[in-house]
Amino acid sequence: MGGLIRALGARLLQAALVAMAVGIACFLMVRLLPGDMAYRVAAGRYGMDHVNTAAAEAVRAELGLDRPWWQLLSAWLGDLARFDLGVSLVSGDRVVEELSVYLGHTLLLSVVALLLSALVGPPLGVLLAMRPGSAADRTGMAVGAVLRAVPAFVIGLVLMMVFAVQLGWLPAAGVGGWREVVLPATTLAIGLAAVSSRVARDAMVAVAHSPYLAFARTKGLPEGAVIRRHALRNAAVPVTAYLGVQLVTLVEGVVIVETLFAWPGIGHALVHAVVARDVPMVQGTALAMGLIFVALNAAVDLTCLAIDPRRRPPS
Amino acid sequence: MKRRTLLASLAAAPGVLPGTARAQAPVRTLRVVTPWEIGGLDPARSGYVFQRMQIAETLVGTDAAGALVPLLARAWRLDADRLAWRFALRAGATFHDGTPVTAEAVAAALVRARAQPGPLAQAPVEAITAEAGEVVVRTRQPFLSLPAFLAHSGAIVLAPASYGEGGAVRAIIGSGPYRLTDLLAPQRLDAERFAGWWGPAPAIERVSYLAVGRGETRAAMAEGGQAEIVTTLAPETVDRLRRNARVEVVTVPIPRTRALKLNANLPFFADVRVRRAVALALDRDGMARALLRSPEGAANQFFPPALPDWYIADLPPPRRDLAAAQRLLDEAGWRAGPDGIRARDGRAFRVTLRTFTDRPELPVLATAIQGQLREAGIDLQVAIVNSGEIPAGHTDGTLEMALYARNLALVPDPLGTVLQDFGAQGGEWGAMGWSSPELLAAAARMGEEADPAARRALAQRIARILHDEMPVIPVAWYDYPVAFSRRTAGGSVDPLEISYRIAGMRWAD
Repeated sequence: MGGLIRALGARLLQAALVAMAVGIACFLMVRLLPGDMAYRVAAGRYGMDHVNTAAAEAVRAELGLDRPWWQLLSAWLGDLARFDLGVSLVSGDRVVEELSVYLGHTLLLSVVALLLSALVGPPLGVLLAMRPGSAADRTGMAVGAVLRAVPAFVIGLVLMMVFAVQLGWLPAAGVGGWREVVLPATTLAIGLAAVSSRVARDAMVAVAHSPYLAFARTKGLPEGAVIRRHALRNAAVPVTAYLGVQLVTLVEGVVIVETLFAWPGIGHALVHAVVARDVPMVQGTALAMGLIFVALNAAVDLTCLAIDPRRRPPS
Repeated sequence: MKRRTLLASLAAAPGVLPGTARAQAPVRTLRVVTPWEIGGLDPARSGYVFQRMQIAETLVGTDAAGALVPLLARAWRLDADRLAWRFALRAGATFHDGTPVTAEAVAAALVRARAQPGPLAQAPVEAITAEAGEVVVRTRQPFLSLPAFLAHSGAIVLAPASYGEGGAVRAIIGSGPYRLTDLLAPQRLDAERFAGWWGPAPAIERVSYLAVGRGETRAAMAEGGQAEIVTTLAPETVDRLRRNARVEVVTVPIPRTRALKLNANLPFFADVRVRRAVALALDRDGMARALLRSPEGAANQFFPPALPDWYIADLPPPRRDLAAAQRLLDEAGWRAGPDGIRARDGRAFRVTLRTFTDRPELPVLATAIQGQLREAGIDLQVAIVNSGEIPAGHTDGTLEMALYARNLALVPDPLGTVLQDFGAQGGEWGAMGWSSPELLAAAARMGEEADPAARRALAQRIARILHDEMPVIPVAWYDYPVAFSRRTAGGSVDPLEISYRIAGMRWAD
């Protein structure tokens, strides 16, 4: 129990630090980008046909962009302390409201992608580990390496061509129903499963050569019990821990996949906000991504604790 | 909404669940897919989406030839003083919330539109009022292009209940043939037929709009039968779509020009010979064929054939003539140095070209132009920036050269764009360090001229000055390729991009 509280406490502290760091870093990065912010915001608001000096000056006056940078930053930090993320410079809507729309879509996409990859990746790795070095194992290695190396953009396009254009089973893009989530989630899941299957396979092979597995067999446990109680559980720890690392792949993939499939999620919003210099939206989306990352890592920690009693401190 | 979308998509994919889809015979949705996201509710920002989807209407519309026609206004007339325009409203027009479209509501919407960035803010309007059931717009001087300014998407008329405190738009309550039922900004909207529309009832009951930024994805949706109208097709996908039996690709030229903006305050471009040399060094025909897949798009002048009054019919097609370009540069004193780069008075011909990605072909064209000008001895650096950097660089004087795309019919009368882009101080999206008193005089006369023949002569004069002086160098005109599903009939493309014309369409099967 103490370990649990300590783990969660550490993650909570981490979340607060991430929020501060992400907010300040985004603010500074956007300010340091060359060019006049007012023009960028005006271009984001009114489009390339209507951006001009008159529009930019109106934006500058409305948003008080000529205030010194430390005033703007401290105003944002003050708002953050009151859990207020401010107002989008482009749309004029509250960042929280916009984020709630985007975040819901990204979470749906990420969760479906993680589930799909968990259903395919680790079981496949375990199967391949049964006969290390076999033709199937070597093919799995090659396919996994190729799938991980190919950009999500290409995987997405291939899936779209096959399932949306040739077969007509699924919509190529869009949002609103369950069918729209399948292709983007599968695109993400393929990249994730390619890696997790290899990690699971290597972990299984390592466990297979371990003395405790030999001992379990020697003491006469049936093979099923050996695999279930000793092999799978031991191999599950590195696979789960590696999930935390893989989340980077997910966050990076979301940005590309959401754009390709016209999915109104956080990654999509972040790209638009950066282009339009929409500082509160950049801060809000980066913050949401950072906090998701911390939350998922916390979940990974807890899962590892549950799987591996050796990690729990002696009570 | 989820269930309806699900039903619609089931109907669209009868192969999956044929029994269900046929048995329930759900209402089909006509799906429009474009690259343009819905950036909020404000007409100044995304009014064009609601205008094109025929959810909201302006006082004035345009017909197939681009001529102005009555829309919410039944008719209009100009007082004898040529300053006051009186717009009589269409009897029986109602907003989607059931309230009547009154002169007061229209005037309030237009007053608000004038306070936002957009064409109306730049027209010489003095006051907009409601008088005796008519909307009256007074201008400071005679301004005969005014009705065209009221056709712009920023001037859509919304019901009084659309506005919240402080005048912010809280809901889109328009008066068009379709009524907004669901909005998921920035990606999609759904709308249904509005029974109270003043015009003939449209055949299509439900419509949806989806913003899909990637050209590959849009093409896949057209190919896969997942959209009935797909606009702004990426050039590299058009040939494939033309071979698809489910789709009809319609391409119309639109009044939009890709051009090079030159800073004529710089020693490089102050000389008209250098500006002409740059034009001669460009392989506009090659770029139009190979990069834009639109051979007719190679621009030999600023105004495209889609604007017949402004288009000079007897100019020869653009031809690359590197030798002539080099001769002109030599004459202007720019001599090739040992590295092939020209120089004059110790200053190398080295300039930075700014362009942006809002139109994905622009960076590609910029790279081709870089190579072509290098062969003439001009060292071009390409900077991919935000579109706002071009007006910003114009204003602070740091801009050297820019490749941009300009809508010449933001208002259906190109005079509006000419006044903005080639004024006495140049224009942020036009000339820089160049102006022509003769052009200004012609434009001013045109603003007060009512006779079509005389207007045309003035337009031709302006076009000729721009062609001779080349304050900006035209590169390519625009084609607007749109894919229509063959399940629909009656679709057409509006070259002014004011409407998707859904209300006139029907299901073909």
